[in-house]
Amino acid sequence: MITKVRQHPTQNESLLFETSSPGKIGYQLPALDVPPVDPSEVLGAEYVREEIPDFPEVSEVDVIRHFTRLSTWNYAIDLGLYPLGSCTMKYNPRVNEAVARTEGLMWIHPYQPDALSQGAFAILAELERVLAEITGMDAVTLQPAAGAHGELTGILLVRALLEAQGNPRKRVIVPDSAHGTNPASVRMAGYEVVNVASNDRGMLDTEALARMVDDDVAAIMITNPNTLGVFEEHIIEVARILHSKGALVYMDGANLNALAGISRPGDYGVDLMHLNLHKTFSTPHGGGGPGSGPVAVKKPLEPFLPLPRLQHASSGWSWNYDRPHSIGRVRAFYGNFGVLVRALAYIMAHGGNGLRRATLDALLNANYLRKLLETDYEIAYSAPSMHECVFRHAATGAIAKRLIDYGFHPYTVSFPLIVHGAMMIEPTETESKQELDLFVDALISIAQEVKESPELVQTAPHSTRTNKVDEVAAARKPILKWTR
Amino acid sequence: MLDTIGLSTLEELYAHLPEDVRFHGALNIPSGKSEYEIIDYFRVRGHENANSHANFLGAGVYHHYRPVLVDTVVSRAEFLTSYTPYQAEISQGTLTAIFEFQTMICQLTGMDVANASMYDGSTAVPEAAMMAMRITGREGIAVARTVHPEYREVLGTYTRHQGVPVTEFEYDPESGQLDLESMEQVLNENTAAVIIQSPNFFGVIEDAKRIAEMAHAKGALLVLVFTEAVSLGLLEPPRDADIVAGELQSFAIAPSYGGPFAGIIACKEKYVRQLPGRLVGETKDASGNRAFCLTLATREQHIRREKATSNICTNQALIALMATVFMALYGKQGLRELAEQNLAKAHYLGERLWRRFKGPYFNEFVAATGVQSPDEINHRLLGFQIVGGLRLDRFYPELGNSVLLCCTEMASRADMDAVAEAFGA
Repeated sequence: MITKVRQHPTQNESLLFETSSPGKIGYQLPALDVPPVDPSEVLGAEYVREEIPDFPEVSEVDVIRHFTRLSTWNYAIDLGLYPLGSCTMKYNPRVNEAVARTEGLMWIHPYQPDALSQGAFAILAELERVLAEITGMDAVTLQPAAGAHGELTGILLVRALLEAQGNPRKRVIVPDSAHGTNPASVRMAGYEVVNVASNDRGMLDTEALARMVDDDVAAIMITNPNTLGVFEEHIIEVARILHSKGALVYMDGANLNALAGISRPGDYGVDLMHLNLHKTFSTPHGGGGPGSGPVAVKKPLEPFLPLPRLQHASSGWSWNYDRPHSIGRVRAFYGNFGVLVRALAYIMAHGGNGLRRATLDALLNANYLRKLLETDYEIAYSAPSMHECVFRHAATGAIAKRLIDYGFHPYTVSFPLIVHGAMMIEPTETESKQELDLFVDALISIAQEVKESPELVQTAPHSTRTNKVDEVAAARKPILKWTR
Repeated sequence: MLDTIGLSTLEELYAHLPEDVRFHGALNIPSGKSEYEIIDYFRVRGHENANSHANFLGAGVYHHYRPVLVDTVVSRAEFLTSYTPYQAEISQGTLTAIFEFQTMICQLTGMDVANASMYDGSTAVPEAAMMAMRITGREGIAVARTVHPEYREVLGTYTRHQGVPVTEFEYDPESGQLDLESMEQVLNENTAAVIIQSPNFFGVIEDAKRIAEMAHAKGALLVLVFTEAVSLGLLEPPRDADIVAGELQSFAIAPSYGGPFAGIIACKEKYVRQLPGRLVGETKDASGNRAFCLTLATREQHIRREKATSNICTNQALIALMATVFMALYGKQGLRELAEQNLAKAHYLGERLWRRFKGPYFNEFVAATGVQSPDEINHRLLGFQIVGGLRLDRFYPELGNSVLLCCTEMASRADMDAVAEAFGA
C-alpha cells in the first residue's frame, strides 16, 4: 500500500508508535562517571519494571520530521486572523520568548536560597505593581495558573473575608452570559450558584438583581465587558446593590483587553478580579496553555491572599509565609513564573500609553467589523460594542467551518449561550485593515452562499487536509490512546 | 476606519461609558521600551540570580538535561500561537500530539486513560481527590505525610471550604516509607481515597501494591502521586493505583522558578467519566481518514457549568508538548538509561553519607548533617558554586539537621565529591 497518498507537503503522518522500530534511538547521554548499580540489587527486584510496552523507538530525525509535519496541520495566529471571541488571540511578540529563556531565569530552582533569586523577586514585584496599576487595585497575587484557577482563588478570598466577618454566606450570583468556568469555580469554592438573566440590552437587570441580593449572597461574578462585548453600564449601581448587603463584586477579567488604560475596575466598586495574562498580555496560548490568572484585590482582601507573599527588607527580597489569615496555597511554588516573565516583557514594550493605544485599536477593529457586517448579519444586541461583537445566525456552526475554506480561523461558535446561533468575533488590535477587509469579504460571501448554495456551507470545510471530523462518533465509542 | 464607523476620534469609541468608570489619568508605567532594552533588563535580572551553579535540590523540581529539539518543536508558530484545538479540522497537529501524549502517559503509568494535562502536580492532587469522592460517594481523604508538603497544602486549600475531612498519617522513621499501621488507623468507611507519593518526598519508594490492597479492603481508592517522572523509566509502574496524579517537570521542562509545569491525571478505564480536564479521542473525517478531536466534553465546564467535574479550562498544552517530544526522543531505551544514571549517581553520593532512612531510593535521599548545621554545609558549598540540599525542618520540624539531596544525570562526580567532603564524609 502506498501510504504517502497525497502530494509531498501534505503527506499523511503516522503516529510515533507506528514508525517505531526496535533499537532505534534519538538521544545520547554522557558516559556514566560513577560506577553503575544493578537496580534489582539496590531497590529489590519487585520495584523494578519490565521494559515499557510499545514506548516509541525513533531517531532524532524521525522526531523532528514528525512534529514539524504535525505542526503544518495547525492554524495559528502567525498564519492569520484568529477571531475567537473572549479568547483575545493577539500576536505573541518573540522577544517575550527570548527573555523567558534567559539562563538565569530558566534554570533557577524554587527552593534555592532567596539571596540567589533576587532577580526573580524583582520581576515578580514589578509585575504585581503594574497589574495593580492597570486594574486600579491595591494588591495582586501571581500564583493562579490560569483564569479558572484565578476564579477559584478569588471566590475562596471572598469566602475567607466573609468568614472573618462571621458568616461565609451561601450563594454567588452568576449572570447567564458568563463563561462556564464561573459557575464551576463557584461550586468548587463551596457555594451555590444563582443564575441571573440578562435584560433585552444584553446587560444585567439591576432591578432583578436588587431583588435577588440578600444576606445569603456572598458575591456576584460579573464579566465586564460581558461576553456580548457590551460594557455593563450599571456596574456602579451593581456594586452599590451588592455592597449594601455586605456582599462583594468579583470581576472576571477575561475581557480586560477592552479596558486596559481607559477604565480601571478598582476605581468603581469592583472588589477583586482575575486577569488572563495569556489573553490581555499576550503570552502564547500554546494550543491550550500554559496560562496565568493573577488575582487583583482591594485592601480589605489583602490579608487573605494565597501563600507565600513577597516581602522586602534591607537585606533584600524574600517570601513571607507568616500570614495567619491567608486562604493557604493554591498551587506549589510561586505561579507560572515563565509566563509572568513574558507578560512583564509585553507590558514594558507597550508602556502605559501603549497599553491604552492597544485597547483603543482593539475597540476600533471590533467596531469596524461590526459596521461592515451589520448589513448581512444580525447583531445580537444593539448596545455599543467594546472589543468584540456578537451576531446571530441559525447556521453559525456551518458558517464557521466555511470560514476555514476562506483561510481564516472561525469565530467563537454558539457562545454566549443566551444568544441562539451566536457568532462571537474578537479581532484584537493585532489585525490590519487589509486583514479585516478580507475577513469581511469572506463572511459576506458566505452569507450569499448560505442562500444560494447551502449544501456547500453545510458540508464545509472543503479545503483542509482533514475534512469534517466526526465528533459524535468520537464520543460514542471513545478511543483515547493508541493500541497495537 | 473611523470614517467607516462614523467617528472622528478613537476616544469616541468608549464615549458611551459612564463618566465615573472612565480612567482619565495616565498609567504609572514607563513608556514603551525597545527590544534591546527589554532583553537587557531581563539579562540583568538573570544575573542577579544563581547562574551556572551545580544544583542538588530536588523536592518536586529536578535539574534534568533538556534536549535542544524540545524548544525547536515548541517554538514552531503553529504550536506556539494556536488556541485550544476546538476546531478539529485545522488543529490536527495539536490533537495528534496530545493523543500521543495520552498514550505514552498510559504506557508509563500502567493506567488505561490519561488526560491532556493539568496545571501541575500539586493541583492534580485535589482534583484526583474530588474525583475519588465522586466515584465512591464518600467524603474523607487520607493522605501520607510523605506526600510533597506543598501538594498537601494545596489539597487543604481546595478541600477546606467544601467541608472535606483530610487526615494525614505518619511515616516509619526507620524506612522513610509510610507507616502502614498509622494508615490503617485513619481509614474508615468514609474514606474516599488514600493518597500516597512514590518515590515519596524523602525519595523513598513506597510499596504501592500492599497499600492498594489495604485501601481497597476498606473500599477506598488509591491515588498515587509522582513528582519525579524519570523514575517511571525504571520503577514498577503504579498499576495497582486507581488514579495516578503526577508532575512531568522532569521531562524537559525547565525549573523556571517553579512553573509553568505540566500535571496529569490518569486512571482506570471505568472512571473516565469522572476525569477532569481535556481528552483527545480518535475518530474519522468525512473521507474516512483517521482524525482526532476533543471528546467527552460533557464532563467539562463549558458544557456542564456548575455540574462539571472541574472548573479547569486552559491547561498546559505547550508544556505537555515539551514532555511529548522528550518522551519520543529518549524513547524506550533512553528513558531506562536515563533513570539508571540517576539511580547510579544518587547511590554514589547516598552511600557515602549518613542517610536517615533505609527504604529503597531513586534519585533523592535524606542525609543527616551530624554535628554541622545544614546552613553551614550549604554555605560552604556555595563557595564552590554548588547549591546544596533542602533543609527538611522547614516542612518536618522533627527532622532537624537533615537535608534532602537530589542527584540527577547532571550531577558530576567532582561536585558530588565536593558535597561528600562538605558533609565531612
